[in-house]
Amino acid sequence: MTKNNAVQQEVTESTHLFKTPEFTKEMKKTHTILSPDIFPLHMELIKQIFIMYGYKLEVLRCEGKKVIDTGLKYLHNDMCYPAICLSGQQLYALTEGGYDLDKVALIQFQTGGGCRASNYIWLLRKALHNMGLGHIPVISLSFHSIEKHSGFKASPSLIFKGLISVVYGDMLMLLRNQIKPYEKNKGETQALVDKWISFLVDQLKHNKGLIGRSLKKNLRNMAEDFSKIERLDIKKTKVGIVGEIYVKYSQFGNNGLEAFLESQDCEFMVPGVLGFFQFMFDNRITDYDLYGGSKMKQNVSKLGLSAATKIETIMHDILRDFPQFTVPAPFSRIKELGDAVIGRGVRMGEGWLLPAEIAELIENGYNNVVCAQPFGCLPNHIVGKGVIRTLRDMYPEANICPVDYDAGASKVNQENRIKLMLAVAKEEKNN
Amino acid sequence: MKRLGLDLGSTTVKCVVLDENGQILFSKYERHMSRITAVTSSLLTEIAEMFGNEKMLTAVSGSAGMGIANDLGLPFVQEVYATRTAVLKNYPETNVVIELGGEDAKILFLDGALEVRMNGSCAGGTGAFIDQMATLLALEPDALDELAKDHDKIYTIASRCGVFAKSDVQPLINQGARKENIAASIFHAVVNQTVAGLAQGREIEGNILFLGGPLTFFSQLRLAFDEQLNIKGICPDNSLLYVALGAAYSSEACEFLPDHLSDIIKNYSSSTGYNSCKPLFKDRAQYEEFIERHKANSSMIKKIDTPKSRMFLGIDAGSTTVKALLCDEDGNIFKELYRSNSGNPVPLIKEYLSSLYEEYPDINIVSSAVTGYGEDIIRNAFHINHGIVETVAHYTAASRFCPDVDFIVDIGGQDIKCFKIRSGAIDSLFLNEACSSGCGSFLQTFASILGYTPEEFAKIGLFADAPVDLGSRCTVFMNSSVKQAQKDGASIENISAGLSISVVKNALYKVIRCANADSLGKNIVVQGGTFLNDAVLRAFELDIGRNVVRPSVSGLMGAYGAALYAMTHASSNTKGVLSKQELADFTHTVKAVTCNGCNNHCKLTINTFSDGGSYIAGNRCDKPVKKNTERQAYDLFEFKKKLLDEYRKNIIDPAKQTVAIPMGLNMYELLPFWYTLFDELGFNVLVSPQSSHKLYRLGQHTIPSDTACYPAKLIHGHIEALIEKKPDIIFYPSMTYNIDEDLGDNHYNCPVVAYYPKVIKANVKELQNTVFVDGFVGIHSKKDFAPHFVKMMNTYGIKLDQKKVKTASTKAYIEYEKHMQTLRSEAEKYIDYAKQNHLPVIVLCGRPYHIDPEINHGISRLICDLGAVVVSEDSVCSNIKRFKTSVLNQWTYHSRLYAAAKYVAGNNNEEVNMNLVQLVSFGCGVDAVTTDETRAIVESAGKIYTQIKIDEISNLGAIKIRLRSLFAVMNDNK
Repeated sequence: MTKNNAVQQEVTESTHLFKTPEFTKEMKKTHTILSPDIFPLHMELIKQIFIMYGYKLEVLRCEGKKVIDTGLKYLHNDMCYPAICLSGQQLYALTEGGYDLDKVALIQFQTGGGCRASNYIWLLRKALHNMGLGHIPVISLSFHSIEKHSGFKASPSLIFKGLISVVYGDMLMLLRNQIKPYEKNKGETQALVDKWISFLVDQLKHNKGLIGRSLKKNLRNMAEDFSKIERLDIKKTKVGIVGEIYVKYSQFGNNGLEAFLESQDCEFMVPGVLGFFQFMFDNRITDYDLYGGSKMKQNVSKLGLSAATKIETIMHDILRDFPQFTVPAPFSRIKELGDAVIGRGVRMGEGWLLPAEIAELIENGYNNVVCAQPFGCLPNHIVGKGVIRTLRDMYPEANICPVDYDAGASKVNQENRIKLMLAVAKEEKNN
Repeated sequence: MKRLGLDLGSTTVKCVVLDENGQILFSKYERHMSRITAVTSSLLTEIAEMFGNEKMLTAVSGSAGMGIANDLGLPFVQEVYATRTAVLKNYPETNVVIELGGEDAKILFLDGALEVRMNGSCAGGTGAFIDQMATLLALEPDALDELAKDHDKIYTIASRCGVFAKSDVQPLINQGARKENIAASIFHAVVNQTVAGLAQGREIEGNILFLGGPLTFFSQLRLAFDEQLNIKGICPDNSLLYVALGAAYSSEACEFLPDHLSDIIKNYSSSTGYNSCKPLFKDRAQYEEFIERHKANSSMIKKIDTPKSRMFLGIDAGSTTVKALLCDEDGNIFKELYRSNSGNPVPLIKEYLSSLYEEYPDINIVSSAVTGYGEDIIRNAFHINHGIVETVAHYTAASRFCPDVDFIVDIGGQDIKCFKIRSGAIDSLFLNEACSSGCGSFLQTFASILGYTPEEFAKIGLFADAPVDLGSRCTVFMNSSVKQAQKDGASIENISAGLSISVVKNALYKVIRCANADSLGKNIVVQGGTFLNDAVLRAFELDIGRNVVRPSVSGLMGAYGAALYAMTHASSNTKGVLSKQELADFTHTVKAVTCNGCNNHCKLTINTFSDGGSYIAGNRCDKPVKKNTERQAYDLFEFKKKLLDEYRKNIIDPAKQTVAIPMGLNMYELLPFWYTLFDELGFNVLVSPQSSHKLYRLGQHTIPSDTACYPAKLIHGHIEALIEKKPDIIFYPSMTYNIDEDLGDNHYNCPVVAYYPKVIKANVKELQNTVFVDGFVGIHSKKDFAPHFVKMMNTYGIKLDQKKVKTASTKAYIEYEKHMQTLRSEAEKYIDYAKQNHLPVIVLCGRPYHIDPEINHGISRLICDLGAVVVSEDSVCSNIKRFKTSVLNQWTYHSRLYAAAKYVAGNNNEEVNMNLVQLVSFGCGVDAVTTDETRAIVESAGKIYTQIKIDEISNLGAIKIRLRSLFAVMNDNK
């Protein structure tokens, strides 16, 4: 729904504004682009796609309190926790990372929905301005070009290849999560994950693994490899993880949720990243159905969705050949669940996808679900805590535990809450 | 084999030993004062001695037990789970358990699948909260219970967290409300918090069990639960020990020797360290140098022992302390008073003045001034000449010590006030919002929890080697951070220093929101009682990397400023204060009444003084105070509300179907549209009643997320009220998009406004018997509206004719436009009137629903009472063309806000004195984006930005200070 550029040029200037430098074509050659760390296994692969298109992308790995403090210092403290973490990483890297500050740019993903996350990028710019680093360009990465930079373009082919790298990440994540808790030889699964990541990085460096056949081959080999890991016949508590996209995936954001669950004798399932992109495409299609508007935009989104769904089908089909793996429901089913729980017009933040994923997890045997959300997250008032009641009515066996993440929230409280969920889970298991 | 259950909680250790039949052989409940391992270990030794060295099946539970159990490999039972185990064993017929502990509150629903609710990280209606309130009233917690028995009135106290409640309770204390009533109100606040925060749509009914410390010790708290929930709860024997019992019963329990256990717990030190900051001082010498430097800063002012011929009295009746002093014509100080106000400042001032007259019968007090929360009551009681705003008092005092001061930071007992001075006037003002007051009383509370006086507590931190890094969050968060630090082995010294540092961080990064020290300016004066604490002062200097001035009378600056003000404003024909005789005859009585002047039904306290004078507090408007209003109020909020009332007549024709609309959030703007649409389509339109706190309570039990904004939470009450009326349809559609006014990059609603209907649908069970239309509607595209609306309504079985909808919607759009146009032209009239009569104009910016008096607490009226004309953001924004902002401008309501700010910035001339005040609902995440941007726009034109945070609380005292400071500057600028 963003207005086109012509309109933007008409608008009057205001004295309170500061300069927001563009990422130019020259910068593409000279500047290193710093990206925050978001997904557990995907970032190295996504990075390769950018490199393939000539961008010098670097994924920041700095963590810890110093990063949070940097975020808190330069961002509004009532801003959501993911903003503090994401921008905190970037700002910390600028102050402590030894980068040439004239040869560096930042990038953030901008969803462009009605949630305040769409403003992260602007707050980051404000922070840079206040730090006297206003000359550093900030690139907005979005599917529908909310902003234009002459040196950066998220072309359809880049997006498509990006989606493929995401699927690789999702597949690895799924296989790892389902195997690791049961592995006989400690460390074997992680070693295989590492091996596959370096193999894929190598493939992507040579522009391989991106078309149907090689994608299929890689995914199948991956499943083969993981299925061969020797497993113990033990029972684990099955836990699903959903939530706001950053604290759901980022172990920095959620205080090492996965490691904690591992220590508590759990197997966890985290729905894939691809689903979020399908959700975003689907929103624009639904928007047209609900309110009218531009048919053209709907058609573009339909193309995107069908491409993403095709890759999803490939992945699921392969998984189905290995009975030891739990296969997630296809997006078409997720959509049905979204309609049943809340209605697919709810699109801000994680929107209807979040409760739909909870429902899907429960239907897939993951009755215990941790719903990770930033403290004070607006969409989560609606799609998190707001609909737990509906989900309990639909699935009496549901054991859902919302957990708030925040710079001030203590890890002890979060883990205590999860322990309660696990105590109830254990009882159900024994009955 | 015997069983042993240990419950290591946030404030206490509980322990039981059971025999083979589950009979209790031994039990103990002990406060651990944060010395968890020591207390536990000695308890275990006691048990070992008592029962001989015999193995017991042992398990640990409790919030503080988790880490210890984990590290020592002891069996751990989650505490809620333990409670449930014990309840099922002892009271199997129980339906609901309400358990309050030191820092947590829980409700367990035992019917069907277990549902457990624990308080969120921002909820403090618990034992610690009650303790904190007792401290505030200078009472032992037990006395609170005794007092509450004699209450005759309940005040509304926000109980979301201690800090909030404090800002409700403090004014009550200052206004002289009876402690009996305050005590009972505190218990009722806890009940409200438990119900609102935890019930989340589930009724609390059947057999109720009360567990935990507060519910065991306070009979009046149990009574408050019984009354409000209409239940009869049972507090069983051993109600303190249920968690420990549950641990003992647990199947997880393993065999241990108690004295072996005692040993390993004694020797336990946490496996993880804690994050620390740099020490405050390198060594003693550095400290001495620091002290000398600060002494030198105040050398120009002396303290004198005898009064001079002309003396000036200054009083600062603050939130937690009362300060008073006299000064001579050179500004030298005589007879200071600095006392905790223990709830009522009047007797303290009387005592101060009496002893003054006693000692110096001939003292000549020429003139006097008072400032602070208790300004009005003190002024009325003692006939003080001037009442001044705190900010003015502080600036007056600070400039005495540092004539070219740029920035003043005042951290008092309950508030943080920071202001920038530009060319001799107060320029921008930062006050802490109710949620971030990690200030003086916070340190005081912590000191007393840990068993120190505030002075001792500050001292022990000075030479701490590795102060704990506690971050910059509010008190409730801080409690758990401190606990964690203790567990991680931090010493009291390091905790004390860490708390001082956190107070500074809170002021700098939460209140002032400063990104770098240079933005504060070169000459900084720090003051307020909290800066008497050298650790806080040092932490401040270290953090901003610059030396600052702390006046010797740091804690008395308000009073000193008032005295200086009295000096410069002394007039020859009045006396300064009550005479000796008048003071001797002085008496003071307090009475509580309810004002029936309007629907607000304010709870008033009437203070009567012996001279027949009286002072009324607790009022939201001037009505009970002034007999008749002198001039018509130019209040666009009021006007808007009256316009909307035209659509709320609820005339019902029984032959037609009735569509009911909850009056909240976006309905405050769209009612003209929906009313016309449904009226044209042949429906009755029934609109829910005016909001009130009572209405809020009606729906409180269905609120799923207690941190959502108050306007959203109010909707639950409106829905309940509508359900009672049994309409055919309740219409509350979801709206991703709002009207597109072409002021921004997009035209969204915020997520809460957009989708709250979905929350209502999911959480209000009774709606299952009603047609509840929560479908998606877009009104941003006129041409697309009719077909999509018909389709949506059809999914609810409501068949509409598309042609008719088309015609009706055309009329509805016209009606909506007419409504907005009426607002705009009325605003023009107001502004013209202000220009002609040289009145200040305040553009009061919020969202449409902020015109609800239950949400704005009468702020628009208050501004009018201060002599200004009030217009709203939506009535002036259309004067502005779309412009570039430095945020993504994507919400319709907020686009108006930026445009209104731009409009105010543009009205920067002699003709009109216009300023902006922004209303922000607590919990509104969107405003984390909008406030900074609005400030930037307004300040770019050299105007002052004023923000007022509003919530369920109705503490107008703090809001008044803010507004009066603004008006003081506006008048200065004139």
